[in-house]
Amino acid sequence: MKLALFAAASALALSLGSARAETEVVFNFPVAVGGPVTEIIDGYAKAFMAENPGIKVTPVYTGSYQDTIARTLTQIRGNDSPAMAVLLSVDTFTLYDEDVIVALDDLATTDEEKAFLTDFYPAFLANGQVGGKVWSLPFQRSTPVLYWNKAAFAEAGLDPETPPATWEEQVEFAKKLVKKDASGAVTRWGLRIPTSGFPYWLFQGLTTANGVELMNADGNKTNFDDPAVVEALEYLVSLSKEHGVMQEGIIEWGATPQAFFEGESAMMWTTTGNLTNVRNNAPFDFGVAMLPAQKRRGAPTGGGNIFIFNAVDEATQKAAFEFAKFLTSPEMAADWSIKTGYVAVSPAAWETDAMKAYAADFPPATVARDQLEFAVAELSTHENQRVTRVLNDALQAALLGQKEPAAALAEAQAEADRILAAYR
Amino acid sequence: MSGRTPPLEAVAAWALALLWLAPILFAFWAAIHPPEYLTKFDVTAPLTLVNFERAFAAAPFAQYMLNTAILVTGILAAQFVLCTLAAYAFARYEFRGAGVLFSLILVQLMVAPEVLMVENYATIAKLGLVDSLAGVAAPYVASAFGIFLLRQTFRQVPKALEEAAVIEGASTMQVLLRVYVPLAKPVYVAYGLVSVSFHWNNFLWPLVVTSSETTRPVTVGLQVFASVDQGVDWAVISAAALATSAPLLIGFLLFQRAFVQSFMRAGIR
Amino acid sequence: MKRRALIPYLLLAPGFVLLAAFTHWPTILSFWSSLFTTARGRRPSVFVGGENYAAALSDPIVLKVLWNSALYAAVTIPASIALAFVMALWVNDRLPGRGFARLAYFTPTILPMVAAANIWLFFYTPGFGLLDQVLGLFGIPSTNWLGSDQSALWAVMVVAVWKEAGFFMIFYLAAFQAVPPSLGEAARLEGCGRWGYVRRVLIPLVAPTTLFIAVNALINAFRVVDHIFILTGGGPNNATNLLLFHIYETGFKFWDTAGAATLTMILLAILGALAAVQFFLLERRTHYR
Repeated sequence: MKLALFAAASALALSLGSARAETEVVFNFPVAVGGPVTEIIDGYAKAFMAENPGIKVTPVYTGSYQDTIARTLTQIRGNDSPAMAVLLSVDTFTLYDEDVIVALDDLATTDEEKAFLTDFYPAFLANGQVGGKVWSLPFQRSTPVLYWNKAAFAEAGLDPETPPATWEEQVEFAKKLVKKDASGAVTRWGLRIPTSGFPYWLFQGLTTANGVELMNADGNKTNFDDPAVVEALEYLVSLSKEHGVMQEGIIEWGATPQAFFEGESAMMWTTTGNLTNVRNNAPFDFGVAMLPAQKRRGAPTGGGNIFIFNAVDEATQKAAFEFAKFLTSPEMAADWSIKTGYVAVSPAAWETDAMKAYAADFPPATVARDQLEFAVAELSTHENQRVTRVLNDALQAALLGQKEPAAALAEAQAEADRILAAYR
Repeated sequence: MSGRTPPLEAVAAWALALLWLAPILFAFWAAIHPPEYLTKFDVTAPLTLVNFERAFAAAPFAQYMLNTAILVTGILAAQFVLCTLAAYAFARYEFRGAGVLFSLILVQLMVAPEVLMVENYATIAKLGLVDSLAGVAAPYVASAFGIFLLRQTFRQVPKALEEAAVIEGASTMQVLLRVYVPLAKPVYVAYGLVSVSFHWNNFLWPLVVTSSETTRPVTVGLQVFASVDQGVDWAVISAAALATSAPLLIGFLLFQRAFVQSFMRAGIR
Repeated sequence: MKRRALIPYLLLAPGFVLLAAFTHWPTILSFWSSLFTTARGRRPSVFVGGENYAAALSDPIVLKVLWNSALYAAVTIPASIALAFVMALWVNDRLPGRGFARLAYFTPTILPMVAAANIWLFFYTPGFGLLDQVLGLFGIPSTNWLGSDQSALWAVMVVAVWKEAGFFMIFYLAAFQAVPPSLGEAARLEGCGRWGYVRRVLIPLVAPTTLFIAVNALINAFRVVDHIFILTGGGPNNATNLLLFHIYETGFKFWDTAGAATLTMILLAILGALAAVQFFLLERRTHYR
């Protein structure tokens, strides 16, 4: 319906327009529930078109990430390809294997453009690279951080201004934060690391800190059975089984902020995307910190990148690239970050005046930026969803006590090897 | 036997009723109080409509409800037409292959379109119906259940009535519309209730097919709205769920007796 | 006269074309694509014969999913039928406030599963969730209902029974109202107690209704996975993963159309076998035709 409307509108625009050829860039953008985000993107498109009269950008809002990739692939197969889309950065290999995206290095002609491709934080750029080329630009990105309840810290005799900096401290603090009632039942847990749905993501906050990456850059080999990965899982399991500072079993991601607000857990790990939510709803003072370190500091990144498709003609690809550069330029990246809470994707964006003012006004926002120095790519391989699913199942099996961490991860590695054998 | 319920059973019946209502009661509680009272059941908690405002501001629920309404009525209307025609053919004509065709149709009683969603999605994509209400409706329009039910009903219509109409010069279509359809009215009502409640609740297939505000039914809208990275906001979701379910809830409240009677008369029992 | 012979086919055509397009044709296509590997842009699909089936049936996840689906059907179908029967019995009696009870039993049918599941998610949340709060009053410690492989599938089944029972109640209610009151009188005169009447008169009388409901419940047990999306996403470690949910994942998340087609064929085989059993029962025990 909407698409038809846009098509009609653009056809009208074309017929009314002068002899000047206009390139239309259809931009599939994942917006789950409409509202303010569509207005922001529409605004960016307008601003860009004012600067680039030969190009017409048509944003199409296509639901969740899942909806957007399904719709985009369907359009491409039906010879109705959009020019560009924002999709999960971890889908880069999937889209590469489907042979539907363009390497952006091939579109970057000038030295300036080539330099632009490397201006982003390396941790954000990493997920967009295959075979030494850049296939997508970071756009709406996030990273997990630790939130802590300052009131609970004070009550437990901890310094409310000092979050745990290491794994050891995390356990130590959490033990002090656990509160029990007369019957010995826990009324407040020390820590909450949600493990439902996609536990691999927060688990990467542990493996990275333990000095190991879960996969290689080619996305065809995983390291699930690496001793450092096993250690990380043993630590995660020990939080409830040994130290009793975290709820047993699988912990629901969706209920996590509410649990934090209710004081059910005194510390939580979740995405930076929750900053505004926590700021608006936590009935106590809270702090935001980098994930605690073990051998080093570390965290994964997450979120969506901009992709350009090879089914549209070269002029359209070029025009799409112009718009992608515009959206990820320092000024726009800063504006987008301030308006939405996503992490600004390039160091230059943090140097803009707007971003500096925002950081001064709301210091927790800078925690994510500081963590980026230590962050790595999100787990992403060929047949990505299937491989991450193998790891998710292994993590949950260990957390449920069905398997020992080492055995669970060894099996997961064998299964991942089987799936990825075709890509080596 | 509609005797008086023994007291012990009456208590059990009431307890079960409360248990069954608990989720809706909780949704009411969550929807009309500020979020901080979500888990604290305090009778002095202040009342508010802010959750409804936030729900309708955050997502186009009015549009979703319109989509669902169009979808449900569109499917029902199309089902009535197609099933009536097919059922009439099976009930009143003898033709070659009738038995085979009827069993082929009955296959769909067991195999709902969403079971075949991967191939059906490919078909919908080829027809260019992805992300359209027509695409959501298409697989359900020819309903084996509807054909089966109406065939049973039409068969019970006395032949004499049809013959009388034919003598008066009525055409095939006129016979169908003037004799058969009016007599099957309770069946249409009962089937309509089943169909409406099915498509009102249907989720998986619309989830696969739709991806924009102008096509999503309420169920998919609620899911998209509920499963954001920021976690579940129960106060707002409860408000949205109640507001979007209210029309059907009130409808049932008003017509429940008529529904049950139509089932009775339709022989769906 | 030739024209008249065409009429039934013309009447059938629109319905049959649609039915064939969305039931028969995709069944054939599913079978066909289950014999090949999934095509990716950079690798064409290859004929592999029965390999996909061998792989699926030796995949521990698929086996787990099949077991879950069987257990789910075996528990939710009888449970919701039994509850529906009892509910209908109660609201058919002169129960004080029966209009209210009837509405209470029926509301879950109207509240979309997706909305209801979100509320159940809150009920099941450990610690501050409603169930834990209530059980806490009786000194029962907090339980991670959805986060433990012991309880997650059962928690999901409770939601399914809650959702379905009220809908089936309506059919029983209609059936009960068609039972002549004289039968109740006769039973009473013969000194038949309330439950004796239910057991010896009512249950046999409404057997066709029970069968009708059972067919519906069976179809729904394999068809409705909406609550899985909200409550567990098939977790923890596939403890609540049901066949249709797994088909969705395989087809639309892993983009493995061949794998999804294979699973679809397995589901169709199960449904076919169950349909055969039902047909046998229908022929023998009821008078539908």
